[in-house]
Amino acid sequence: MSDHAHAEHHEMPFWRKYIFSVDHKVIGIQYAVSALVFLLVGFSLMMIMRWQLAYPGQPLPILGKILGDTAMPGGVMAPEFYNQLGAMHGTIMVFMGVVPLAVGGFGNFVTPLQIGAPDMAFPRLNMISYWAFLPGGLIMLASFFVQGGAAQSGWTSYPPLSDIAPAGQTIWCFGMVLLITSSLLGSINFIVTIVQLRAKGLTYWRLPFFVHAQLVTAFLLLLAFPPLEAATVLQLMDRLAGTSFFLPSGLVVSGEQLKIAGGGNPLLWQHLFWFLAHPEVYVLILPAMGIVAEVIANNTRKPLWGYRLLVYSVVFVGFMSFVVWAHHMFMTGMGTTMSTFFQTTTMIISVPSVIILTCFIMSLYGGAIRFTTPMLFATAFLPMFAIGGLTGLPLGLTASDIYLHDTFYVIAHFHYVVAPGTLFALFAGIYYWYPKATGRKLNETLGKIHFWASFVAINFVFMPMFFQGMAGLSRRLYDPTIYAHGRGVQALNVVISWGAWGLGLAQLVFIVNFFLSLKSGARVAENPWNATTLEWATPSPPGHGNFLTEPVVYREPYEYSVPGKANDFSPQFSPEGDGPARPQPRGGA
Amino acid sequence: MDETKYGWWLPVDVSTHGAKIDQLIAVLHWFMLLLFVGWGIFFVYCLWQYRARPGHLAIYAPVKAIATKYIEAFVVVVEVFLLFGLSTPVWLAYKSQPPDESKALHVRLVAEQFAWNFHYAGKDRKFGRTDLALIGGDNPVGLDPDSAEGKDDIVTVNQFHFPVHTPVILDISTKDVIHSFNIPVLRVKQDTIPGQRIPVWFEATDTGHFELGCAQLCGLGHYRMRADVLIDTPEDFAKWEQENAPPPQEAPAAAAPENHPAPEKK
Repeated sequence: MSDHAHAEHHEMPFWRKYIFSVDHKVIGIQYAVSALVFLLVGFSLMMIMRWQLAYPGQPLPILGKILGDTAMPGGVMAPEFYNQLGAMHGTIMVFMGVVPLAVGGFGNFVTPLQIGAPDMAFPRLNMISYWAFLPGGLIMLASFFVQGGAAQSGWTSYPPLSDIAPAGQTIWCFGMVLLITSSLLGSINFIVTIVQLRAKGLTYWRLPFFVHAQLVTAFLLLLAFPPLEAATVLQLMDRLAGTSFFLPSGLVVSGEQLKIAGGGNPLLWQHLFWFLAHPEVYVLILPAMGIVAEVIANNTRKPLWGYRLLVYSVVFVGFMSFVVWAHHMFMTGMGTTMSTFFQTTTMIISVPSVIILTCFIMSLYGGAIRFTTPMLFATAFLPMFAIGGLTGLPLGLTASDIYLHDTFYVIAHFHYVVAPGTLFALFAGIYYWYPKATGRKLNETLGKIHFWASFVAINFVFMPMFFQGMAGLSRRLYDPTIYAHGRGVQALNVVISWGAWGLGLAQLVFIVNFFLSLKSGARVAENPWNATTLEWATPSPPGHGNFLTEPVVYREPYEYSVPGKANDFSPQFSPEGDGPARPQPRGGA
Repeated sequence: MDETKYGWWLPVDVSTHGAKIDQLIAVLHWFMLLLFVGWGIFFVYCLWQYRARPGHLAIYAPVKAIATKYIEAFVVVVEVFLLFGLSTPVWLAYKSQPPDESKALHVRLVAEQFAWNFHYAGKDRKFGRTDLALIGGDNPVGLDPDSAEGKDDIVTVNQFHFPVHTPVILDISTKDVIHSFNIPVLRVKQDTIPGQRIPVWFEATDTGHFELGCAQLCGLGHYRMRADVLIDTPEDFAKWEQENAPPPQEAPAAAAPENHPAPEKK
């Protein structure tokens, strides 16, 4: 199947084809597989932390011995190791897991196919982007083995704490510079590709929603990441060259006056960090929404409701995401004018999010919904994202944030957005496009087990955290039972931890399915889901150069169930709009 | 400590300003619940009613949905109300109207890894001179023992006494990294920013023994950076101040450590 036409392409040596490849599909798969591995690592760190939270001070069986006496003396987790796990969990999940999977993986693999392009605009740049990402990720992981362990100042790395932290923080900075560079190279490539390489007839209003989402995401990455890259270099200078960008004069650490130039400001870091990290939230969520749109349209067998409204909303969200960052800093003592401005912009940005969610739910109305595994994940995304989005309101309003800031309520809120939200959407994408990438379908039964087990477990993980946060429990506490209000909700920690370990077990089903289906999944033709967008016009998997003939686009992206047509889907690439000549069952699978 | 005051929802509130914050949190959650349940019912209805089955076809033409416009307008109106009707006035009233200095108890807080140092002005209500160079193991805030105003100053570690029904103005600062001053029962939270002294204020409505915790990751001892909050009756507070005031004639340098009422030092 993979060795189809294109005889003019000479067979390339293995390392050019699969390692230093310039083919967007190979790079996409490289990104996706690396990101999935990093996600597993990041999740595993959390599963270890959950032991300490459920059973504070008790030795962890077996694993406690393996991890060694520095990290877990006598099998009991050391507080500094707990902080390392926490900081690295956040860093890995955001910068090495979700973003590379959503943008590097799906963006790379799907975008050129959906716009009918033979490859990305700059294939070599694309390769360099991956090869900046992978070393960045690997040195992050390697930092666990340096003196003093990995970064331990939270994924936010607020100075002065991060400035005076052990050597792992320096590695964190180097790793971040590589990861950010990778994203910047990728983003410019996406913008040029989407603007320049669209197939004939593929106007902006005919682009699949996924491509719109990727385009906005690419602009966010391009404009928001440079400030963090600069900030990270400044932090490196503070650590290595004796500067004081983030260090004010007169610091006394452990009774000793710090010998520094001083005159800096720790809040500068927070502004630079959150100027990236809030748009970053939308970098995490927009590609996920793009995937959900594709999967919902395909499985409801009808056009997306409010396609143009969706596009306007993501563009608006993109703009607004640059003016809300300081709502992460309400407790730093900012003036009332500033805080009023930022809580107002925060409320404004919630409106397009409500519209997007409404469009998706309205898209279900009047459909003929096939509950395939990708659709189950995409369906679950909606209520999960709704919970995550709604619980952002009390955090975005200054008065209620006084109480809820830095509590577990925050953890629950953004995990609902990113874990059962974004990650579920990414799973939907994996189940949906796996046949295109491999020529075989993932097993549906295992897929449904994976979905239901994950769906139940993940709510046991994050729902109780709202109650812990309400009770006032702060985040990042090695031992929450120090506090009376922590002891009041300690029973929930046991529930959460077992939920997390159950969630881990559920992912084993996915891992098995992923590899098993590579060998024995049902073989598929070009268009196994009876879909309408351009990626389904190519062989599965597509060869180098993607399309056998140059595709031409004749219509809007989601022309399902058009009255008077023989089939319930009218692909963009079909002149007649009746799908391929093969007989197709009507009314869904 | 009375553990019955803590459960799975907001703990008891003993502050004058906290009721409005609690009210906002309650209103928000009713609003969120209403939206979620409303959406949820429609969502489940769609999943059931429009499931694929033999003979059922999807409808191509987009449904005209006036209701969604009303719902979105409703959401916007409620958010405007939450923003300008509840949150902003509460925040402004609390943050931009400090209590009358002459009636308030003025305390300084110097946070460090991993302890809270409270500096009381003592009877003369004037803080003594402090100096970074004087900071040491037995002088956590660097109080100059020779300054005239400082002779009656009280310094405590991880013990925060103040009287009920009296406004307290707390000047928050830190020696080293960012911490966050957090007393859940008082609905107070404020980051300590190195290089800045930030005032916060509150007034307690009830006496009792509560907790102060650090809400911003500050290092390996972050989790145990807690202090006892002891809200006293005015009489008890005056007595405490009396008992802990430094004896007037003693050599000042040696006086400091003995003044710590059972310091719970790191």
